[in-house]
Amino acid sequence: MGGLERRRRLVGYALVLPGIAYLTIFFALPLLNQLWVSLMTGNDVDGFEPAWHFSIYPDAISAYHEQMLRSVAYAAIATVLCFVIAFPLAYFMAFKAGRWKNLMLLLVILPFFTSYLVRTVAWQTILADDGWVVDIANSLGLTGSSNRLLATQTAVIAGITYNFLPFMVLPLYVSLERMDRRLIEAATDLYANRLTAFRRVTLPLAMPGVFAGTLLTFIPALGDFINAELLGSPSQYMIGNVIQSQFLIVRNYPMAAALSFILMGAILVAITLYARALGTRQLREAVA
Amino acid sequence: MDQHSAPDIALDGITKRFGDTVAVDDVSLEIPKSSFFAMLGPSGCGKTTTLRMIGGFEDPTEGRIELAGQDVTRVPPYRRDVNTVFQSYALFPHLTIERNVAFGLQQKKVPKAEARKRVAEALELVHLEGMAHRKPNQLSGGQQQRVALARAIVNRPRALLLDEPLGALDLKLRRQLQLELTRIQRDVGITFVHVTHDQEEAMSMADTIAVMNKGRIEQLGSPTELYERPRTAFVANFLGVCNLMEATVVARHSDVVELDTADGARLHVAADRVNGSAEGGRLRVGVRPEKLRLAPVGQASGTNVLRGHVTDASFLGVMTHYVVQTAAGASLTIVAQNDGGEGLELIGPGREVDVTFSPKHCFVVEEEHDDA
Ligand SMILES: Nc1ncnc2c1ncn2[C@@H]1O[C@H](COP(=O)(O)OP(=O)(O)O)[C@@H](O)[C@H]1O
Ligand SMILES: [Mg+2]
Repeated sequence: MGGLERRRRLVGYALVLPGIAYLTIFFALPLLNQLWVSLMTGNDVDGFEPAWHFSIYPDAISAYHEQMLRSVAYAAIATVLCFVIAFPLAYFMAFKAGRWKNLMLLLVILPFFTSYLVRTVAWQTILADDGWVVDIANSLGLTGSSNRLLATQTAVIAGITYNFLPFMVLPLYVSLERMDRRLIEAATDLYANRLTAFRRVTLPLAMPGVFAGTLLTFIPALGDFINAELLGSPSQYMIGNVIQSQFLIVRNYPMAAALSFILMGAILVAITLYARALGTRQLREAVA
Repeated sequence: MDQHSAPDIALDGITKRFGDTVAVDDVSLEIPKSSFFAMLGPSGCGKTTTLRMIGGFEDPTEGRIELAGQDVTRVPPYRRDVNTVFQSYALFPHLTIERNVAFGLQQKKVPKAEARKRVAEALELVHLEGMAHRKPNQLSGGQQQRVALARAIVNRPRALLLDEPLGALDLKLRRQLQLELTRIQRDVGITFVHVTHDQEEAMSMADTIAVMNKGRIEQLGSPTELYERPRTAFVANFLGVCNLMEATVVARHSDVVELDTADGARLHVAADRVNGSAEGGRLRVGVRPEKLRLAPVGQASGTNVLRGHVTDASFLGVMTHYVVQTAAGASLTIVAQNDGGEGLELIGPGREVDVTFSPKHCFVVEEEHDDA
């Protein structure tokens, strides 16, 4: 019996070994390396030297806080928009679509069949100054004084929303799909009208999907630079654009690495707070 | 409409079609206050659909539903004064047992203190006092079933709708909960509408049973009525084993009707069992296995005697099961109490025997009106 137990445990370890090895080599080591790089001083021509230069972090924040805050704002707005669009869609697919369900799922993931970059370039064309979308927006008076859609924050946020929508739809769909519909009937049986049943049963049970969907949207949106690059202008640049140019154009590797770590730290803190908030919300639902 | 004499639930010509399927076909019935009413029938006969229409989860295609004399046909479930115990329990997985049970009271805005008291009482009623703070997935199937019951009963509805509430439980637990359900129903005095495909369950629990078949009510009555005087072959067979014999009416008297079977035996059936069949009319006479007596050939006395031979006999201790083939080829099932202690010597397999039964133990069923 003890032998069997031990063998089982060994098999378990053996199964996670390749994953651990992969993560160590391709994730943990580069990460440590970049942490090291972020504390170096020097320049592209003379080379960089280890220096324990911790003040790079406050410097980075004071130099680029504007782009950081903009990233948070754009990502947050896009996430909210994604949720508002995705929830009814996922709800419809899970509960009402019947035999159209699979087709709709396919349509949701269809954009993944082409490259992210190509799709965003396509949006550049759609929103181009001489395109019909701008014409319509102009005639409706939606474009303001610039008479443009490109190079506005509307375009950037719309692009992010479009590009990350499937990441919101899919987890929401999964959590709604596996919900027992009898629970909604049970709620209405117990005198809850449809809205209350939604609020007290459907929504709490969809919470894991909401959590996953918002994270899968918000986190990549926060670090995104493609949308601001292609649909915006420097005055819409996000922290991703700064990191990208520090790495590839300015070649200030310590600054680029430091900015990456700040972004990562901010995301970790945000996720922790968010998970706490959602967790306690569910707890309150259970106790209230 | 007099609210006091109106039945708790009344269905009037209810039909439900799903596309081409007729799930419920012109059902009318009245369920009196405080009764334990069972709907019994094979799987797919429309029991769940009927119950769901009473609960408000399906709209009837035709017909009217009344609760306490009020037309509720188009009223949504949350404004009907009935509660359902779902087949799958449908407990809210994210809420504790206490919160599950309190759900309805909270929606009805019952004051907190009173709600807490009633929830505690309901949990006590189903013997789950200690489980209040657990989540549904921490309970066994039987316990979840009780929570579902408490969650419905705590609202003190006009009627409780139970859809195969014990269907997912093992036999022993089922018997135990049957007893508890009947006790609870007596204690709280709420009308129970209990759907089941288990005839023993229906007979042991209900005061009135509606036997359903193919979306229709075949017969409605007390368990004894249905068992002793089924009106159709379907009901006769569904409520237990029964022997049916083709026979032709040869004479009518005031108290008995005489009939001849295919093998020439003369049967006497109590006259009140035979409705309106004139001489020459063909009928099917039924007798329950435990009402038949066996005797060695020539030793039988009585009004109804059938000659046959034993083809099978299984001794079960308390009783013995016999199968007797009559001269005309009909096969009769007989259950004999083992009160004499004779064993199988006198009437074992292969023996010629006489089968006797009393005219008052016979019933007559209609010819099948299959898919008429
Ligand atoms: N939502 C539905 N859509 C289509 N057919 C249904 C639906 N619900 C029930 N039926 C059909 O109606 C008939 C009666 O079903 P049901 O009321 O569930 O029977 P029971 O509860 O007696 O087993 C069955 O033939 C079933 O297939
Ligand atoms: Mg059913």
